[in-house]
Amino acid sequence: MKKTPSQPAKSKSLVDRLPSFLFPRLSGMALVAIMIAVLLTGLLIVPVLQVVYVAFLDPNSGALTLNNFRDFFGSSLFRESFWNSFYVSAMSVIFATMIALPLAYITTRFNFAGSVIIQSLGFIPLIMPPFVGAVAMQLIFGRNGTVNLLLRDNFGITLPFMDGLNGVILVQSIHYFPFILINLSTALRNIDRSMEEAAQNLGSSGMRLFRRIVFPLAAPGYIAGAVLVFIKVFDDLGTPLLLNVNNMLAPQAFLRITSIGISDPMGYVISFILVAFSIFSLWVSFLFMRGKDYSTVQKGGGGLAKRDLSTGEKWLAYGAVTLILIFVLSPHIGLLLLAFGTIWSFAPLPDGYTMQNFVTMWETSGTYIKNTVLYAGLAALADVIIGTAIAYIVLRTKLVGRKMLDYMSTASLAVPGVVLGIGYLRLFHGVNVPFSDQPMASWWVIIALALMIRRLPYAVRACMAALQQVSVSLEEAAENMGADKASSIRRIVIPLMTGGILAGFVTSFATAAVELSATIMLVSSNSDAPLSYGIYQFMQTPSGRGAGAALGIVAVVIVGLGTYASQLFIERDKKMKSTNQEH
Amino acid sequence: MKNYLRGSIAAIALMASSAAVYSQETIVVVTSFPNSMTGPIEAAFEAANPAYDLEILNKKTSAGVKYIQELAGANTADIFWASAPDAFEVLKGDDLLAEANVRSEGIPDIIGSFPMNDPDGKYLGFAAAGYGIMWNERYLAANDLVPPREWADLKDPSYFGHVGMSAPSRSGTTHLTVETVLQGEGWDAGWAEWKWIAGNFLTVTERSFGVPDGVNTGNFGIGVVIDFFGFSSKASGFPVDFVYPSVTALVPANIALIQDAPNPDGAVAFIEYLLTPEGQEVLLDPAIMRLPINPATYANAPEGFPNPFEDSSIGAAVNFDVAKSGARYNLVNSMFDVMITYRLNDLRDAVRAVQLAEIKHADGSNAEAMALIAEARALIEENPIDEATSLDPAFAAIFTKRRKAETDEIEERQAEVEQRWDTMVVENYRRAQELAEQAVAL
Repeated sequence: MKKTPSQPAKSKSLVDRLPSFLFPRLSGMALVAIMIAVLLTGLLIVPVLQVVYVAFLDPNSGALTLNNFRDFFGSSLFRESFWNSFYVSAMSVIFATMIALPLAYITTRFNFAGSVIIQSLGFIPLIMPPFVGAVAMQLIFGRNGTVNLLLRDNFGITLPFMDGLNGVILVQSIHYFPFILINLSTALRNIDRSMEEAAQNLGSSGMRLFRRIVFPLAAPGYIAGAVLVFIKVFDDLGTPLLLNVNNMLAPQAFLRITSIGISDPMGYVISFILVAFSIFSLWVSFLFMRGKDYSTVQKGGGGLAKRDLSTGEKWLAYGAVTLILIFVLSPHIGLLLLAFGTIWSFAPLPDGYTMQNFVTMWETSGTYIKNTVLYAGLAALADVIIGTAIAYIVLRTKLVGRKMLDYMSTASLAVPGVVLGIGYLRLFHGVNVPFSDQPMASWWVIIALALMIRRLPYAVRACMAALQQVSVSLEEAAENMGADKASSIRRIVIPLMTGGILAGFVTSFATAAVELSATIMLVSSNSDAPLSYGIYQFMQTPSGRGAGAALGIVAVVIVGLGTYASQLFIERDKKMKSTNQEH
Repeated sequence: MKNYLRGSIAAIALMASSAAVYSQETIVVVTSFPNSMTGPIEAAFEAANPAYDLEILNKKTSAGVKYIQELAGANTADIFWASAPDAFEVLKGDDLLAEANVRSEGIPDIIGSFPMNDPDGKYLGFAAAGYGIMWNERYLAANDLVPPREWADLKDPSYFGHVGMSAPSRSGTTHLTVETVLQGEGWDAGWAEWKWIAGNFLTVTERSFGVPDGVNTGNFGIGVVIDFFGFSSKASGFPVDFVYPSVTALVPANIALIQDAPNPDGAVAFIEYLLTPEGQEVLLDPAIMRLPINPATYANAPEGFPNPFEDSSIGAAVNFDVAKSGARYNLVNSMFDVMITYRLNDLRDAVRAVQLAEIKHADGSNAEAMALIAEARALIEENPIDEATSLDPAFAAIFTKRRKAETDEIEERQAEVEQRWDTMVVENYRRAQELAEQAVAL
C-alpha cells in the first residue's frame, strides 16, 4: 500500500500542468481506496451476494420477492430467536466489561509486577478453538462438571451456569472479553498524562477523575471493543451450537442452510438480517462517538501516571486479578486436564494422567501446525496493512464514500463463515489457478484469503481506535515542516499507531488460527488443512478427545507466545516513549 | 520490478510443484467418517496397493453433500463415503454419482431387512450399523437409575432430564432412527412415542457425535446413538454401555463413485479393497467397531461382538421402506424440529406436568383427574398432518430443494407451513400443561 504513488501538496501545480489523461485527478489515497474497495467487493460482497440473494427468491417460482421477509417476521420462532440473540449479546457485553475493566485498569494505572503476563494471559481466551472451549467449559461448569459435582457432594446444591442461554453468555463473555481488554488497555495507555495532571490540579481525583476524564478519553477504545463483542456474539455460531441452543438467529440460519436437501430460503433471510443488524449496531456506535474529539495533541506522554500501591491495596489487587484470571482461564485448565488425562467421565477430575495423547497428536499434526502459522500469518499481515489504510482513509481523508470501506470490511463480521465458504466455492468454481490445471476452489491460498476477509474487521477496529488517538495536528505539523503525505504517514502516524496495529495483528492472527466455520467448507485435502480442522477431526471420536485437546494446547501455546512477544514489544515501545519525554 | 519478478518465479515454481503432486495416483475421498476410522483403513489399503495415495477429506455428511454439489462440473473428488443412505439418495437424485463396476465375493444382498446396495448400483454398502441406546454407568449409579432396554423405556418419568439425542435434520443416522420408529410403530403412534421420549430430553445435540460425547462426559446419562459410537466409546475406556432395542433397523454404511471422478480406476480399486476379507477385518479395530458385511469376518470378531448374520433378532423387526423414507425425508426433519427441537422447553414442561399428574393419580381412582390427563395426553400427541399427507408428493415438495420442472407449482412456502405447525404445537403444549396442572391440584 505504501508504494502507491502519492501526491505531495506542493507539487499540485506540476500535476495541473500535465495532460489530464496521464494523471487522472486521483490522489494516491483515492487509488488505495479504490484498490481496497475492489478487493473487498471481489472477496466479500460478490461471494456473499451469490449466496444471500436466495433470500429474495420465491422458492416456488424463482421470481424475486419480499415474501420471505414477511415470513420471517410472521414467525414467532424467529422473533423469539432475534430477541434471544439480542439479549445474549447485550449480557455478554456487560459480563465481558466486568471482566476486562479491572484487568485493564489495574495493569495500566498502577505499578504492578506482572502486567505483561496478565495482559498476555488475558488475551488467551480469545484463541480457544470454539468447540474445544465449549467441551472444556462443560467439563468444568456443566451440569455434571467439576464445580457442580463438588457442590453437590459437599452442599447438595447445583448451579445452572451452563443451562440454555446462561451457558452461551458465560462462554461468550469469557471468550470475547479480550476484545475489550486489548482495545481498552491500548486506549488507557495512550491517554496523555497531562490531561490527568490538569484535572488533578483542578482538584479532581478518585472516581470522579476516572468518570470525567479517564473513561471518556478511553471511550473510543472501549466502544471499539464493546461493539466487536456485541456483533461477534450476535453472529456467533459455534458456541450456541455446541451448547445445543437453537433458538438464536445464527444457529437458525446455519441449521437451515446446511441441512441436507433443505433449501428453505429462511436461512438466507436470516443471514441477510444478521448482516443488516450488525451494520446497524456499528452505525449506532458511530452516532455515539460522533462529534467527540478524543485525540490528544501532545504525544509521547506515554499514558497515565502509574501509581504505587500500598501493601494492602497490592494484596487486594493481586487477589482480584488472580480470581478473574482463574475464572477466565478455566476453559484452558479444563483443556490441560483433558490433554493429560486418560478417561474423564462424571468425575471432578480425570481418572488418571498420561502423555499418550501428545504422542498420538504429534504423529499426525505437523502439517496442521505449519499450515496454521502460514495461513493465519499471511491473513493477519494483509489485515493490518489494509486495516491501517482503511483507518487512515476513513478518519483522515474527505474521499467520497470512504465510510463504505469501513462498512464493507465490518460487514464480514456478520457473514457466517459457512456462507462465505459456500460463496467462495461458487465464485471460484471451475476457475483454474493460473499456469496449472489445479482448480482455484481447492487452492490453499483461498483459505488464507477467507481468513483475511473474516478477520479484517478486528484489524480495522484496532487501527481506527489507534488512529483516533493520534491528533491530526501532529500530521499537520509534519506537513508544515515540509514532509509530504507519504512520509508523514510513514514517519509520524504509523509509529504512533504501532500499539494499535500490533494489537490488530495479534487479534487477527490469533483468531484466524482457530477459525473453523469457513475453513471447513474450503479445505480440500488434509495436507492443506489448518490446526482447527485437525482438532475438529480428533474431537469427532471418543478415542480422539485427548489428542484433540493436546493439539488445542499446541494452538494456545503458539498464539500465546506470539502475544507475549508483542506485549513485550508494546511495553518496550512505551518505555522508550516515556524516557524520551523525560529528557 | 525485481521483486515482482522474483515473486512471480516463486509462485510459478510453487504451482508447478503442486501440479506435479497432483499427477500422482491420488484418490480423493470425501467422508464423514472420523480420522480414527479412516486412518487404519487408509494405512491398510496403501500397504496393499502402494501405487495409490488416499487423500481423505473429512466433512460432516451434510457439508460433504453440499461440497460435492458445489463442485459438480469441475469435480476433484473421487469417492463419497458416509453412513446415511439418504445422503447418497440426495446425490443420486442430483445425478452426481456414477455406477462403479466393482467385483466382490461373499457379500450377501440383504442385511437385516435392508438391501445391501442401491438397486441402481450407484452406491454400495461396506459395513452395517444399527441404532440403540447408550448410557453412562457412573451417571446412572449416581442418580439411582437402571439402564433402559427399549425405546418405550425412555418414556419413563424416572429418566426425566437425563436423555440426549441429535436432531434428524442434523444427523443422517438420527433421521434413520426416527424414521425406523415411525415405520415400526406407525405414523401417529410413532410420533407420540417420540414426543413422550423427547419430554425426557435434556438436550437435542447439533451433531450426532454430540450424543456419545455427552454420555461419555456424563453431561447426560442416556443417549440415542448409532452402535459404533457405543462400542468405540466403550473400547476407549469410558464407563459406558450400549444395547439394541428390538425395534431397530440395521442399515448399511455406504460408499459411492462420484460422477466425473478424476481417478475412477483408483476409486474402484479402493472400493473393491474395502469389500475383501482383509478390508472388512479392519472394521473390527477397537476405534472403529462397525459391523462387517462379510459374514466370514465375524470368525475373528472379539468376544461378545454382535453378529447380525447369526443373531436374527437384531434389526429384523422392521421392514424399512427406503422409498417411503425418501419421499418424506425433509418433511420428517422439519416436523421433528418444529415439534421437538425448537420447542423442547415447552414440550418438556407439558410432559413433566403430565408425568407428575400421573404419579399423583397413579391409582386412577379420580375420574375427573384421569379425564384431564387423557385430554392433556391427546393434546401433546396431536399431529399436525396425517400419514397420507406426509406421503403426498405435492405436499412434500414444499420441503424439497429443487422443483423437478419449471412447471411444478407449489402452493405454500415452507415457512408458512412451519409457522402454522408451530402455532398449533405451542398452543397444544401450553393447554396440556395447564390441564395436567389442574389434575395435580385435584
